[in-house]
Amino acid sequence: MSLSVIAVISRFLEEYRSSTSNKLKVIDAYLLYILLTGAFQFLYCLLVGTFPFNSFLSGFISSVGSFILAVCLRIQINPQNKGDFLSVSPERAFADFLFAHTVLHLVVVNFIG
Amino acid sequence: MAEQHTASDCKQRASQGAGGSVSGNGRPNTAAGCGGGGGGLSGGLTQPAGWQSLLSFTILFLAWLAGFSSRLFAVIRFESIIHEFDPWFNYRSTHHLSTNGFYEFLNWFDERAWYPLGRIVGGTVYPGLMVTAGLIHYLLNLLNVTVHIRDVCVFLAPIFSGLTAISTFLLTRELWNQGAGLLAACFIAIVPGYISRSVAGSFDNEGIAIFALQFTYYLWVKSVKTGSVFWTIGCCLSYFYMVSAWGGYVFIINLIPLHVFVLLLMQRYSRRLYIAYSTFYIVGLVLSMQIPFVGFQPIRTSEHMAAAGVFALLQAYAFLQYLKDRLTKQEFQTLFFLGVSLAAGVVFLTVIYLTYTGETAATMATQHHSLAQHMPSLYFSPLPLINPIKPVILNLDTERLFDPVLSAFAVYFAGVMVRLMLTLTPVVCMLSAIAFSSVFEHYLGDDMKRENPPAEDSSDEDDKRNSGNLYDKAGKVRKHVSEQDRPEEGLGPNIKSIVTMLMLMLLMMFAVHCTWVTSNAYSSPSVVLASYNHDGSRNILDDFREAYYWLRQNTDEHARVMSWWDYGYQIAGMANRTTLVDNNTWNNSHIALVGKAMSSNESAAYEIMKSLDVDYVLIIFGGVIGYSGDDINKFLWMVRIAEGEHPKDIRESDYFTPQGEFRVDKAGSPTLLNCLMYKMSYYRFGEMQLDFRTPPGFDRTRNAEIGNKDIRLKHLEEAFTSEHWLVRIYRVKKQENRQALDHKLRNVAAKQKYTSKKVCISCLIIVVIFKYRFFFFFSIGYQMFMQ
Repeated sequence: MSLSVIAVISRFLEEYRSSTSNKLKVIDAYLLYILLTGAFQFLYCLLVGTFPFNSFLSGFISSVGSFILAVCLRIQINPQNKGDFLSVSPERAFADFLFAHTVLHLVVVNFIG
Repeated sequence: MAEQHTASDCKQRASQGAGGSVSGNGRPNTAAGCGGGGGGLSGGLTQPAGWQSLLSFTILFLAWLAGFSSRLFAVIRFESIIHEFDPWFNYRSTHHLSTNGFYEFLNWFDERAWYPLGRIVGGTVYPGLMVTAGLIHYLLNLLNVTVHIRDVCVFLAPIFSGLTAISTFLLTRELWNQGAGLLAACFIAIVPGYISRSVAGSFDNEGIAIFALQFTYYLWVKSVKTGSVFWTIGCCLSYFYMVSAWGGYVFIINLIPLHVFVLLLMQRYSRRLYIAYSTFYIVGLVLSMQIPFVGFQPIRTSEHMAAAGVFALLQAYAFLQYLKDRLTKQEFQTLFFLGVSLAAGVVFLTVIYLTYTGETAATMATQHHSLAQHMPSLYFSPLPLINPIKPVILNLDTERLFDPVLSAFAVYFAGVMVRLMLTLTPVVCMLSAIAFSSVFEHYLGDDMKRENPPAEDSSDEDDKRNSGNLYDKAGKVRKHVSEQDRPEEGLGPNIKSIVTMLMLMLLMMFAVHCTWVTSNAYSSPSVVLASYNHDGSRNILDDFREAYYWLRQNTDEHARVMSWWDYGYQIAGMANRTTLVDNNTWNNSHIALVGKAMSSNESAAYEIMKSLDVDYVLIIFGGVIGYSGDDINKFLWMVRIAEGEHPKDIRESDYFTPQGEFRVDKAGSPTLLNCLMYKMSYYRFGEMQLDFRTPPGFDRTRNAEIGNKDIRLKHLEEAFTSEHWLVRIYRVKKQENRQALDHKLRNVAAKQKYTSKKVCISCLIIVVIFKYRFFFFFSIGYQMFMQ
């Protein structure tokens, strides 16, 4: 281990800042926000308890689901990955994202109790 | 001119496409689009692509028709009736749903089952089947096609068999090619393993669950191939339907993570896989928890942990891939060590937490194995006879890997439990179809193939655009095709035709075998028995329905019927009476109580029946006609289950002779000869002589003359016995008002009494004054007042 962890991380952050396009950075900011909401819900659950469990689960899964769907969107609109997704244009990716969110939130609202 | 040129070009491409479709992957869209554009009106009937899709449609339609008709034997021979036991409960629930509405069904507490406990139906049932039947009934009635709910239930499974065939076609087409898909659809339409659980009248979960299973698998393969979230959400919705339909959804939620895991191990990770599985897991998880019966199991029980584990693993793997792309090797290594140690710590803590709060596997071994269908299986006729050639798949693609994984697990499960032969069936159909398709393409499409390889290079560019990275190395595909060319040069037309004829004969024999097995083995309603006389005419034994309808019409509406749990659903469905235990078998102690009542002598049994408020007792007795599924044959299971809960009162060894035999004749054990079940089965049977060769009281099922012929019942009286003595119903007598005294009455000697006249008259005066006391008081009071 010739490089310390901090050096690696700082280099990574620098490279990230310079090489990622703004579109992806927006999505990354959204991902960070979702991550925080999920973390707070989990923290609340640890502190206060799991009752009512279905409400906690639906909120937490909503966070995780939104996170995953945003990651999928990011992967699909990244021009570097175009070779993987020949049948999925960025517009189609966004439309799928909206459709998936509709289904996810309908179920979450039903489950929240 | 230009049109002619494009037309001929299109025709050439279309012919290549048609020839290639048998051997390669069917691309009807490119050829059809080309044909449709260039052919115009004149070339309408001569386009192979058009014929191809017409042929596919016709074959699928015929497969649906074959599947539907093949399941109708029982309806044609008997009538449109719900079969067996479990379907009766499903029918009763669907009836409740269609009369009372969806929310009433979801929140239904059934107090007419498991008296006095009741059953929370909404939370202990997979509602998919009832909702599907209810929805179809509602829609048909909305269109003023007034179909009775019973007919919808009876014919639901055959209709869904057609849908299963179509989804199997779609799945196999994704995995291999269109020809294999069509073969697979035809196989699964008639294969006995699937028919056994989906005949007309068998209104059970598997009828719709296999359709949901195949459709979910198809959508999964499609979403891995395209990497589109739309297909994944479709897969999630189909998975939700599967969860609502059958407990076997656990099969899917373990197989799909396993597929992903195997792909990761084989270094076939791709971004499409990540998108497909992550979305499927999360949205599928929250969808599956909407079913009340499933509840929080997907995050608690060990059966679902594999999916969660693979999900976590995939996230970690994807993140590491992302970092790998952006960092140098050394930097990556640094982070990697840090990440691995963190992950190990988390896993360690999770394992400790899980073992500490670990769930206990509650098994009721006695009950579990008393169900014949839960026993390990012997492989016999239900498996398709064909599966001699498993194709050696050289280039295992991402989605084609799905097939071997699926088949390996399906074979294992089918070996463990006979009933799960059902999950093996679709897999075997698909594999056989692939085998047959490979053989046919090998021996039929030769001449065309030799022309194709050089021409395919140019047209393949188009195909590659649509297929994406179907094959990891395109070069490998070409080699495979050209490799096959060389040895084929030696094959003459004779061998080709012989092999083709052999294959066709095999297929025809398979179809005949399937139909024969369906007709003989799986087409009995089991509510109605039929026997055939020596002249071929049929003798119908309708004792069950006779007895249930007697109950329905001659007993009080709130009467409680005690019987062994096998008949609970039928009594509830046909007789509409409250039962004590039924096929749900969720409360072993209650069943043990009933078993104890059946195995004890009459007085002890009467105490139990009094405590449970039993009004009628129903038993099945097969001694007159030789029916081997009666309660005396099941008696030892009753004893075992009762012994499990009441070991001090019931001992199984008491019911055997000293030599260890189970005998009902004079040599039988006295405990057996005096128990309630024996008495009820053989009450007045000793007076009955079936034919001149056998003595009176000869039990045809056990082939023995019964031991205890002079049976007297103290607390029960016979209420009803059906025509062939198959069903016997006894009424439980209420306790007498006065207990009979054991000791002699006290003897009071009559003495001459002297009563003096004075005593007599004074008594008389006192009585008169007492009788008219108000008059006296009033008169005295009046006089005093007036003075």
